[in-house]
Amino acid sequence: MTQTQDVSLTINGEVIARTIPVRQNLVDFIRTEAQLTGSHVGCEHGVCGACTLEVDGQMVRGCLMLAVQAHGSAVTTIEGFGERAAKLRAAFLARNALQCGYCTPGMLASALSYIESGGSADSDEIRAHISGNYCRCTGYQAIVLAISDVIKGQS
Amino acid sequence: MTGPLHEFDRPNSYIGKSVPRPDAHRLLEGRGQFVDDLTLPRMLHAAFLRSPYAHAQINGLDLDAARAVPGVVAIYTGPDFVDIVAPYVGTLTHLVGLRSPPQMPLAIDKARWQGEPIAMVIAHSRAQAEDAVALIEADLDPLPVCCDAETALDDDAVVIHPEFGSNLAWERMVDVGDVDAALAEPDVTVVERTFRFGRHTGVTLEPRATLVDFDPSEDRLTFHYSGQAPHMMQFILAHHLGLAEEDVRVIARDVGGSFGIKIHTYGDEIASAAAAKLLGRPVKFVADRYESFLTDIHARDHVVKARMGLYPDGRIAALDFDDLTGIGPYSMYPRTSAIEANQILNLTGAPYELPNYRARARVVFQNKNMMCQYRAVGHPVAMAICDGLLEDAAARIGLDPVEVRRRNLMRDDSYPRASAAGMKLDDLSHQKALEKLVQDIDYDALRADQAAAREDGKYLGIGFVSMVEVTNPSPMFYGIGGAPISAQDGATVRLDAGGGLRISSSITEQGQGTNTILAQIAAEVFGVDIARVRVTTGDTDTTPYGGGTWASRGAGIGGEAMLQSALALKGQVLDVAAVMLQTDAASLDIQNGSVIDASGERLSLTDLARTVYYRGNELPSDLKPELIATRHYRVTDFPFVFTNGAMAALVEVDTDTGLIRVLNFWAVEDCGRVINPQLVDEQIRGGVVQGIGGALYEECLYDEEGQMLNATMADYLVPMAGEMPDIHVAHIETPSKTSTLGAKGAGEAGTGGAPAAILNAVNDALRPLGASIWQMPMTPERVLKALGKV
Repeated sequence: MTQTQDVSLTINGEVIARTIPVRQNLVDFIRTEAQLTGSHVGCEHGVCGACTLEVDGQMVRGCLMLAVQAHGSAVTTIEGFGERAAKLRAAFLARNALQCGYCTPGMLASALSYIESGGSADSDEIRAHISGNYCRCTGYQAIVLAISDVIKGQS
Repeated sequence: MTGPLHEFDRPNSYIGKSVPRPDAHRLLEGRGQFVDDLTLPRMLHAAFLRSPYAHAQINGLDLDAARAVPGVVAIYTGPDFVDIVAPYVGTLTHLVGLRSPPQMPLAIDKARWQGEPIAMVIAHSRAQAEDAVALIEADLDPLPVCCDAETALDDDAVVIHPEFGSNLAWERMVDVGDVDAALAEPDVTVVERTFRFGRHTGVTLEPRATLVDFDPSEDRLTFHYSGQAPHMMQFILAHHLGLAEEDVRVIARDVGGSFGIKIHTYGDEIASAAAAKLLGRPVKFVADRYESFLTDIHARDHVVKARMGLYPDGRIAALDFDDLTGIGPYSMYPRTSAIEANQILNLTGAPYELPNYRARARVVFQNKNMMCQYRAVGHPVAMAICDGLLEDAAARIGLDPVEVRRRNLMRDDSYPRASAAGMKLDDLSHQKALEKLVQDIDYDALRADQAAAREDGKYLGIGFVSMVEVTNPSPMFYGIGGAPISAQDGATVRLDAGGGLRISSSITEQGQGTNTILAQIAAEVFGVDIARVRVTTGDTDTTPYGGGTWASRGAGIGGEAMLQSALALKGQVLDVAAVMLQTDAASLDIQNGSVIDASGERLSLTDLARTVYYRGNELPSDLKPELIATRHYRVTDFPFVFTNGAMAALVEVDTDTGLIRVLNFWAVEDCGRVINPQLVDEQIRGGVVQGIGGALYEECLYDEEGQMLNATMADYLVPMAGEMPDIHVAHIETPSKTSTLGAKGAGEAGTGGAPAAILNAVNDALRPLGASIWQMPMTPERVLKALGKV
């Protein structure tokens, strides 16, 4: 349980190299070693989506991937989405598509991958795509509308 | 400037407008500050050994192997805290007869529910602490259990607290009129049903989390808290850890959802504070999801036998029910676990003329996790009982569900008045809300769609609820019974030298938009651009004293205090301005950050403030400027300020699979003055979805031995986006006369009303098949059982 390994990840453009326990998952590594606390931990078994983040261009659950598996990878978190997510953030603000904000980083990550992969503005399709991201506060409608607004604004 | 400004023409007009939340930017950029985001120097981490049994004798704990784990700093068991923590008891004097034994943060001789903390390990990392917990050898003897509330009062039931002689915690009766005589009248049609409301829980996405620091040099405890009631926690920590209240600081920064879950006394949190005090260094505890399911308070768990009689013209003759609820092995401290049953007796039937009303509630102990106040306390049960029976009985006599409400709802011009249970009611609009709802849903067309769908073999159902919601509670809710829970709140507003406003309030933000509406009120009432307002909430050191945000009280009570303090500051500033301008204060006003008169701008607030703060020599020596004001507010003439609403659901029931899909949902809500329509609408929507969760999906399942069977998010179903409908929200605004602002609460309405509307819609769909269902959640299996298919 105390076995360690050297890892080096590029997180939001910054190289983070550490010697870590091999059992440490990626989101814990990001939160504790990189001290980027925007990625949240909600269930630690891949259901709630709060820790969704990007590894080498793919959106993944940060709790279902070990940090050592991400050795050599480029990771982008909510703190690193920058201009890519500007329209989405503006739409979330306009629609009040967040309340407590705990699901928001993961929700934005899922929405971003949907939009960037050419997802349609159809609300049923958006609802299906974000069905792996739990939000207790909003009832989802505002989130769906915010995502749809961004897609409609681009087309 | 020409002529006086109309109120609606004023600049800085924010009340009633959908102002976006200024604090959303942080959350959208991953810069929130939730408890687990905080790291303090020399911080340690706690993990708990929890009882694997629902009821067990603790013979001994062998800690040797655990102590040897690298990184372990300390291990505590129940007896270690006997001299450190004063026990707590979840009773209140106004709930006469309620009993519950003293509780300690860690179980000492017996564990009484699966998940009760038994031992705590403090280590340099959470992983190390968990490694050590796994190596504690606990010598536990499982004991016979009492889990089923329905048999908890039987003669042969295991009595969980033998000193009480039975598992009865509390009992209350309400008896108004003559129910038996009314139901026996020959022309009265009586329906009788047994309702079952399963246990569910809050599933806040951010689990409960605490970070406690203790400075022994000053005897000062700082409690970083994910919760709703900082001052309540200040009292509890001080009182039970032997500290002065002024030496306890409770800070709630961002809170990742609460819904009533994070407003109670949890053993693991008190133990973390005790450990921090003993060690003199910071201790963090963050529940994992398994711990959340086993120890976050659960809610509902009611079995209600109920009957209602209708006269041939549809008027209600009588309502009679018996509610039994299981609350776990203790009444939760300090709010108690009898409040939900009490609310059900107070609220059931409250929208209607109800000449004869009888209700009994019994609250029993059981070996399951504790039950306590969760969003819409009692409301979903109360509304489902009355409106479920009302539509059932109406169908029996061939009356439309809207029409039966028209014949029974309290008239909008009949207030002030009282409900059958004696609740004082005022400023309600049931009739207007129902008629607006009928119009919004295009009722006749919807019924035509339903009939057409049935031709196609689809079973659609339309269901309604007319509801009340408890908001803005007075001291009669908790304080009267001895709880350290403030019913009054305060707000402070300060004009700073730069011309901006710094405001602070004792209500708290958990995502509702508390900070935004406070800024809206302060900016509008005082007269500055909202961009010049900064808000502090959630800190017992720097805010006025107050209750926090729960029971839909933030806007109505905290908002009124904000309004009054901004008005007071405006008066103070204009008094100073009048001297500086050598004019009469009554001729002055404040707009857009400047003191104005009929001729236009006379003095900027910055100039005024800089003169007061830096160049007091320019002012007459008898002028004593005060550029800060604080006001407090509490509800005085009513125990609660009730709101009302009407909701409708359209569902489709798949009679082959038992699956229910909510196709559409409408809510008409009257929460008085709406401060921010978008925020209110989103509260209603989120609440409705939480109500749909309770109605269709969510249940904490236990086996006969008290083992929770679905304590993961993979097994416990919460509403996800794919299953949820769009929700249409409309408003009627009947301002409360209890305050200048006139705002009531809106946080519970959706959760309180949606389950009844969904239940009625499902039964409307099943009615042609001769079936009905009276149990929540209405799972596919239960629907198929109701249909006689399994």
